[in-house]
Amino acid sequence: MDSSVKIINEWDIVAARQLGRNVAKELGFGTVDQARITTAISELARNIYLYAGQGEITIEKVENGAKRGMTIISRDEGPGIPDLRKVMEDGFSTSGGLGAGLPGVKRLMDEFSIESTPGEGTLIQSVKWLR
Amino acid sequence: MNMRIPILKLHDTLLISIQWELDDQTALQFQEDLLHKIHETSARGVVIDFTSIDFIDSFIAKVLGDVISMSKLMGAKVVITGIQPAVAITLIELGIRLEEVMTALDLEKGLEKLQRELGD
Repeated sequence: MDSSVKIINEWDIVAARQLGRNVAKELGFGTVDQARITTAISELARNIYLYAGQGEITIEKVENGAKRGMTIISRDEGPGIPDLRKVMEDGFSTSGGLGAGLPGVKRLMDEFSIESTPGEGTLIQSVKWLR
Repeated sequence: MNMRIPILKLHDTLLISIQWELDDQTALQFQEDLLHKIHETSARGVVIDFTSIDFIDSFIAKVLGDVISMSKLMGAKVVITGIQPAVAITLIELGIRLEEVMTALDLEKGLEKLQRELGD
């Protein structure tokens, strides 16, 4: 199964969340977690589309001991984020209210990490564990 | 891929049931279509049903919030119905609050609420 979606246009946002939803279903996530995962992917893919122009969403199944779950990786080679602390504040947006932003994604997922280098791009990894 | 959402007229109310996952273009097209339909029909009330929708992201929420404010400017009241538990949980966790919005559990209760609001 294809586990990566290139994000170039708005339709790719739909494709990325459909992929995520299918994997989440397959892994046995309940409807609430499926909605959390689908929404998180939609926000991350839209961030790529709006800020970086293009990038990629990758979905991976993960295991850690007895725990199983899925990772969402969002990767772009866009302008990067100069002030990470600021984008992790609720209500901060540079696109006029579009996108609830990364704090929302962090709340929807169980683990969240972000690396960004101005001029090079941004890498966001987030994990949802099966309960 | 771009499909238009049907808008039905019932007396002075417009009824919309969102039946499939919304992409950005469809959502924006719907915004425009609804405002034109309100203008065309002089509708005083609108019910938008989300029973079939399993997630709403921040973009869809913004388009929805905007179209409700726009409808209000044109004199029409909007009731949102059928929000699923998973959708309600996800929207609040995401940090989105549609606080000024009239809501009801299902289409039937939404229509009742609208009739009371419109005073007939």
